[in-house]
Amino acid sequence: MIAFIVRRLMQSVLVMLVVSLLAFSMFTFLGDPISSMVGQDTPIAEREKLRESLGLNDPVPIQFARYVGRVLEGKFGISYRIGLPVDEIIAERLPATLELSLVAAFYSLLVGIPMGVYTGLYPRRMLSKFFLTISLVGISLPTFVIGILLILFFGVQLGWLPTNGRGEVIQLGFWSTGLLTSSGWASILMPAFTLGMFQLTLIMRLVRSEMLEVLRTDFVKFARARGLTNRAVNFGHALKNTLVPVITITGLQVGNIIAFAIITETVFQWPGMGLLFLQAVQFVDIPVMSAYLMLVSFFFVVINLIVDLLYYVVDPRLRIDTSAATGA
Amino acid sequence: MTKIPANQPLLEVKNLRVEFPTRRGTLVAVHDVSLHIDPGEVLGVVGESGAGKSMTGAAVIGLLEPPGRIADGEIRLEGERIDDLPYEQMRRIRGRRIGAIFQDPLTSLNPLYRVSKQLIETIQTHLPMTEKQARARALDLLKEVGIPAAEERLDHYPHQFSGGMRQRVVIALALCAEPRLIIADEPTTALDVSIQAQIISLLKRLCREHHTAVMLVTHDMGVIAEAADRVAVMYAGRIVEVGPVREVVRNAKHPYTVGLMGSIPHVGADVDRLVQIEGSMPRLTDHPTGCAFHPRCPRVMDRCREQRPELRNVDGVDTACHLFEEVPA
Amino acid sequence: MSVTTSNRMRDTVDRALDSDIYHSFKGSTLTMVAAAVTLVIFVAALLAPLITPQDPFDPGQLDLLDAFLPPAWAADGEARFWLGTDNLGRDMYSAILYGSRVSIGVGIAAVLLAMAIGIGLGLISGYVGGTIDAVIMRIADVQISFPAILIVLLIDGVMRGILPHDQHADLALPVVVLAIAVSIWPNFARTVRGSTMVEKSKEYVQAARVIGRNPITIMARHVLPNVMGPVLVIATISLATAILLEAALSFLGVGLPPTEPSLGTLIRIGNDFMFSGEWWIVIFPSVMLATLVLAVNLLGDWLRDALNPKLR
Repeated sequence: MIAFIVRRLMQSVLVMLVVSLLAFSMFTFLGDPISSMVGQDTPIAEREKLRESLGLNDPVPIQFARYVGRVLEGKFGISYRIGLPVDEIIAERLPATLELSLVAAFYSLLVGIPMGVYTGLYPRRMLSKFFLTISLVGISLPTFVIGILLILFFGVQLGWLPTNGRGEVIQLGFWSTGLLTSSGWASILMPAFTLGMFQLTLIMRLVRSEMLEVLRTDFVKFARARGLTNRAVNFGHALKNTLVPVITITGLQVGNIIAFAIITETVFQWPGMGLLFLQAVQFVDIPVMSAYLMLVSFFFVVINLIVDLLYYVVDPRLRIDTSAATGA
Repeated sequence: MTKIPANQPLLEVKNLRVEFPTRRGTLVAVHDVSLHIDPGEVLGVVGESGAGKSMTGAAVIGLLEPPGRIADGEIRLEGERIDDLPYEQMRRIRGRRIGAIFQDPLTSLNPLYRVSKQLIETIQTHLPMTEKQARARALDLLKEVGIPAAEERLDHYPHQFSGGMRQRVVIALALCAEPRLIIADEPTTALDVSIQAQIISLLKRLCREHHTAVMLVTHDMGVIAEAADRVAVMYAGRIVEVGPVREVVRNAKHPYTVGLMGSIPHVGADVDRLVQIEGSMPRLTDHPTGCAFHPRCPRVMDRCREQRPELRNVDGVDTACHLFEEVPA
Repeated sequence: MSVTTSNRMRDTVDRALDSDIYHSFKGSTLTMVAAAVTLVIFVAALLAPLITPQDPFDPGQLDLLDAFLPPAWAADGEARFWLGTDNLGRDMYSAILYGSRVSIGVGIAAVLLAMAIGIGLGLISGYVGGTIDAVIMRIADVQISFPAILIVLLIDGVMRGILPHDQHADLALPVVVLAIAVSIWPNFARTVRGSTMVEKSKEYVQAARVIGRNPITIMARHVLPNVMGPVLVIATISLATAILLEAALSFLGVGLPPTEPSLGTLIRIGNDFMFSGEWWIVIFPSVMLATLVLAVNLLGDWLRDALNPKLR
């Protein structure tokens, strides 16, 4: 067990190193930090001096080491576009994205799992067919179209919900939350729904197919043969076996949530990291881009690690036990 | 539970017919099966794959997979009809009065639940016991089926047991609510040959001790010869021969049964080749007229092609074959 | 990330997407409708210049006085612009057909490029094996677990960084095609690699090696036909993904520019006018896009069922 954890940790560190190499390459070879720091008329000689003093003429491995060192301290350089330190900008925007992502993830699980269970248990009912049709649409509609339609209907036509921004935000230390105000909730409703829609569809179909699969197994048949109640069979045996892969896949889907956040934040002008990244791409703001890359990869790696460990904990078959099976 | 008169059978199946309505027409898996099992006796049901034996067992315990359904006939347990019960009532019978054991012990157990949980859950579903009492009973059951170090292994997961051990756990699970009848569907087929004998003798012993009847469904004549009191031979959805196991094995009457007995390898027998029955059993959609076995029968007569033989008692064994019917004067 | 977990996850997801939802629609009128709709859109897009009253992206054909006309059935609508016009007087009907052309074109180009990369790398990976195989598959695995949109955005951003600023608009199309292709090649590679490994162990390959013929050409001639079925299915579904990715890119403003817009670009343009009541500028391209993607998705799944040997 310990060996497994250590091995996974090493893998994670390796992946992070590779990613930081990529980010560093972007940072060093694509951008020119000097041009963004000085005016256009600055003579070349002065630029060279600045280069030298910043250590930009040192051998690449040393620069890389320095880069990694700075990253570990949380310093990602200065944004070309905004002119402020990147870590400050990101810290300001991070809560918005994380809150949005979490609310979206929760909602997709809260609605998606029951829908999936229902359609798995009662596949022939009308409601199930209805759910399935919705899922088909949900998987095909682009996220931003959903967002636009929502805005058009609830925002413009009916005027019920605000169509951009986070609403009123309360500052708790370094975290700014919109979840404690009613305007905050009104603002997060549509973006979270949009962001979570694809997730919800995926989870619903996943739960459904797993459920159908599990209900066909021998141990469910045997459970019924033992006279266990429907509740015990469906929600005890079947559901537990269904949820194991579902929970882990959901964890892995976090990457998708973060990615789709970019689009959702754009549609709703949500002041989060996604919008920041997009603006960075438009402007070719390399420091922000590479910082975003590092941060997202870090999230990924950590979450994948947690998921792997979770799988280990939940599925007893994976724990290689010392007690080998004895003969009959 | 009503007190049964001394000579009433535990299980009575009369003219059972199991159908599968499909888009391509109705498939008949069991045409017309009548049998009975007395309390405490072991009835072997033997036949090739597709003969309908598993379907008969599934119908008795009420676990026919839709669209399969009982189209005709009745099933009585201790005199009361059970084939037309609503789901909830049938559920209460399952496990408590009729138990079941299936073929593959690996897939019969939920891999995510400890054995203790699966046992206790079943016990508490049927018997009014506290968790502690149920756990004690579970432990006793494990010991009874011969699991060594039962105390410790009670809390293990199924994958931590070997194949034979797992089947013992399955037997324990089937017995935990003290059912009167157990449907055992190919209980040894998935096990190593060396383990098969152990499991069969375990099953025999336990059922004798608990006075539990068994419907032992299998294609393995050797298992039947070893464990059953009576045996019913099924072919193409019907019973062609049924009687005490020694009689049927030694003096098989129906040509199909003769063929089956001949196909069992005997140690020391002086034969060059095993008897093989030509051809194969008709598919569910493809039923011959008259006697279903006539296309393969080495002693076929004209009558066999036209008229289906009924079961008649011949020397203590019921046989459905024209060879043994009195020709009307 | 642990490869075993990711493989298991992938199998589960595949099974979910493969579930009998589509079986219940298969052979039904819905699939027929989907196929018909896809065909109609494709053909219409192809013939766009022939069936539209104007080329909306030729400034010479536009008249600003025609701007902001609502659809023909509304109060101020005009019959010749039956779906209305946008802020520059562009006929919406023409715009969405031309836009579909670009969307579909980019999608197909990206898929073809991804196929070339994926099949090539898959063949190499499966045949050569060893470290090269491990490296290629590792990259593919990691890439698959990253959301495509991120990869696409990154590549787009990097390319913009490399290319001089004034060339951004001209080279937008190839950059987008490249970015999308790079994010979807792994699916092709994995499938082809699997089949290659199976074929590699067969006798005719050993025989060819003994004779001295170049095994690679032989494998290309034998592996490829075997693998074409699944590759076709992946291609169709990838087409839907590619169209969606391109639309997302363009909507975000880093895809195709308004001078050569796709449906995504049109939606982006229309987005600006949503709040002032000119809903048709954003709705019609959206509906067109959604219909297109839905139809291609359904078609892809029908194809998967049709080519699935287990169901035959």
